[in-house]
Amino acid sequence: MMLTRESLLNWAMIAALLIVPLAAWSLDEPFIITLATKAAILALAGVGLNIALGLGGLISLGHAAFFGIGGYAMGILAAHAQNYEPLFEWPFLFEGSNQMPLIWLVAVVFSACAALVIGALSLRTSGVYFIMITLAFGQMLYYFAISWSAYGGEDGLSIWVRNEFPGLNTLDPIQFFAIAYVILCLALVFAARLARSPFGLALAAARQNEDRVQAVGLTPFTLRLTAFVISGAITGLAGALFADLNRFVSPTMLSWHTSGEIMIFVILGGVGRLYGPVAGAALYILLEHLLGGISDYWQIFLGVLLLLIVLFARGGLIGAIAGREKAHG
Amino acid sequence: MADVVLKTQALNKSFGALQASRDVSLDLRPGEIHALIGPNGAGKSTLIKQIAGNLVPDSGTVELLGQDVTALDTVARARMGLGRTFQISALAMEYTVLQNAVLGALGGRGRPFHFFRNVMKDAELLETARTALERVGLTQDANRRTADLSHGQRRQLEVAVALTLKPKLFLMDEPMAGLGTAGSKALTGFLDGLRQEAPILLVEHDMDAVFALADRISVLVYGQIIATGTADDIRANAEVRRAYLGEEDAA
Amino acid sequence: MTYILVLEQILNGLQLGIMLFLMAAGLTLVFGVMGLINLAHGSLYMVGAFAAAAVAGWTGSFLLALIASLAAAAAAGALMELVVIRRLYRRDHLDQVLATFALILIFSEGTRWLFGSFPLFLDVPSYLSGPVSLPGGIEYPLYRLTIILIGLAIAAGLFLLIARTRIGIQIRAGEADREMIAALGVDISKLYTLVFALGAALAGLAGALVGAIQSVQVGMGEPVLILAFVVIVIGGIGSIKGALAGALLVGMTDTLGGVFLPQLFALFMDPASAASAGASLASMLIYILMAAILLVRPSGLYGGSA
Repeated sequence: MMLTRESLLNWAMIAALLIVPLAAWSLDEPFIITLATKAAILALAGVGLNIALGLGGLISLGHAAFFGIGGYAMGILAAHAQNYEPLFEWPFLFEGSNQMPLIWLVAVVFSACAALVIGALSLRTSGVYFIMITLAFGQMLYYFAISWSAYGGEDGLSIWVRNEFPGLNTLDPIQFFAIAYVILCLALVFAARLARSPFGLALAAARQNEDRVQAVGLTPFTLRLTAFVISGAITGLAGALFADLNRFVSPTMLSWHTSGEIMIFVILGGVGRLYGPVAGAALYILLEHLLGGISDYWQIFLGVLLLLIVLFARGGLIGAIAGREKAHG
Repeated sequence: MADVVLKTQALNKSFGALQASRDVSLDLRPGEIHALIGPNGAGKSTLIKQIAGNLVPDSGTVELLGQDVTALDTVARARMGLGRTFQISALAMEYTVLQNAVLGALGGRGRPFHFFRNVMKDAELLETARTALERVGLTQDANRRTADLSHGQRRQLEVAVALTLKPKLFLMDEPMAGLGTAGSKALTGFLDGLRQEAPILLVEHDMDAVFALADRISVLVYGQIIATGTADDIRANAEVRRAYLGEEDAA
Repeated sequence: MTYILVLEQILNGLQLGIMLFLMAAGLTLVFGVMGLINLAHGSLYMVGAFAAAAVAGWTGSFLLALIASLAAAAAAGALMELVVIRRLYRRDHLDQVLATFALILIFSEGTRWLFGSFPLFLDVPSYLSGPVSLPGGIEYPLYRLTIILIGLAIAAGLFLLIARTRIGIQIRAGEADREMIAALGVDISKLYTLVFALGAALAGLAGALVGAIQSVQVGMGEPVLILAFVVIVIGGIGSIKGALAGALLVGMTDTLGGVFLPQLFALFMDPASAASAGASLASMLIYILMAAILLVRPSGLYGGSA
């Protein structure tokens, strides 16, 4: 395979995301490892959104819903486990869990189910309606979480100790980073294969020309709903990891600002580019860290940067470096 | 096999005060090219949409291969074997020519819910796609971006994608539009041979092509079919001359 | 007693609905005429509230404060349109979402920088404070009643503007067919700026009026913006009539649900869980309403095809 500039850049990014925390580890700089972990997890959320947004052309402004559901899956399971209060006793006794694999499974299943319901309703419409409706459903869950006093309401839910992964010490920053990084890489491989699969071909075709897809006997609605569910599930998984990173989950994870931020990761990097969310999330964390150190109002700069990218540099960061996207071969 | 592949019965469709289809009954028989002609605004597009399933008629029925499909959508009709080309090219413009053809082949095969294997390495789909491209003469252009194709090449690709479905009938909406003399002639020759494979309901403005190709011609004026017959019948029909061909001469 | 409570809550619902209408009218006009989705509409609401609070602080005049809110929001809107928004008309919805989201960040952080993070207070003037007796023995705050009346007057004015005036004709022509207004010889870019500024002024006024009941703070526009989206989805995008119907429906549902659902639940639950379950359900009620309407009419009550 010939290496294009874009694929070189992709390899460089994914390598940098590994090397930086490793260097920080050897220099004993745990804070930088945590930043890299955060970037990897947010990139994962972006990879999820990008399947709906980049591949499917579905402008969801409600992905915080899935991110937050993943977060609350972590919070609720772990809170019950740490307080020794069974989550339910029927049909079998379940005491919650502090095992990441189980937490991830629950996060993925619940966010996928939520995506199925929200998607089935929202995809009845298109265009601006779709944007507003996904936004509204996200906000519905946000308000629900605020009013749900059993799990902290507005204050959210704290976990004392990070959850466990068999064979690893998750409290060690570099080991937790390794978990997030491996999951991100797996998700990238999955997204890459998805884009080239029969499903990906049909889905992206539905974004480009709905009439054509129907005329060859494929149903855009089903394709999109499937993409929306996969997308929501991956973002939900990212949410579980993010909550575990902070050992905290609150309604903020469900707020529409979070939806906007996940979308910003995708856009900063470049829409429809597989590694766009990685570049975008890394850039976001970098900006937050650098500009946040200069000014409390760093989001003004973020806003201006985003505005400039949207108005003048459609391809985002990767587009600026690697040039126009070629037709997929 | 039904003796009639497609049949519309007394289709009526109104938009407010405008009656776009008025008791339209026509059929398409195996092995024939049935051309639908009529002046602009006669209701051809409305009729096509009712046949393809984009519009539901106010009354009347559409039968495909002997089955009433009036209540079915475009996807279901496509799956039954309706291969369609659009008046304005409906293609995935970011894709290569080959990808568009593979998309058609995928639709023809069904079962798109595979998430891991590379669709562009699927031998069966590639075979179908390449064959269709070769038949319309686009083999050379297989790896070009569809957006970079000329207008005429896009029309050819439309036909190729329809071919990949291996349809039982074709519904072609002005496939010659904007092709130029040479292109139109080549396509005319191609459609001539295609009718043996599957009959074609052809909406076309190019009168030379219509009179050269059509086994039967129906003339639609103000939403109503005023005549159906062979090319000679239509040429000789006084009402058609008055309502339609006369106009052409004047223009 | 209860019937007075019910009437009072209906008036509260009406008041919320009318304020939502002022927000939704601008959004739906901008979408109908320019085909643009503007997330930063909530920022204009905030600008109006801050302008009013600042001017009230300097001059002590509530009337001047309201005028300032209209002027500041209209000016901010016109500026926003000239600098950013007009570059977005031909872009896809994704670009519009992102650019206007960026505007929110800029407006919110900019306001925080100028005014600080602490809420400002805009006081109800003495001549509008206190309760007023309504027929039927209801004591209702005069200020809230005034808001309802102002809102209704503006709604009527807006309908008149659109039905009767030259600008209204141009707006309707623009909704029907963008080519047509060009053919009518209308200066489109001027019309667009004007429509945008008009929508902004309405949002700013709503912000000022509500700011006197709640506090004036950064981010105050966003919950209202999302409610206004729900209003538009329910009413049908582009329809002023739909915006009014949707706004009243949402205002009533939200207000009455918040008050009466916990009481309803208390009939068959213990008070503590009734309060919490009722509050949870009430917080989701308008979204459930939206989902229900979507199932029946995907393009809203007064919408054409989606």
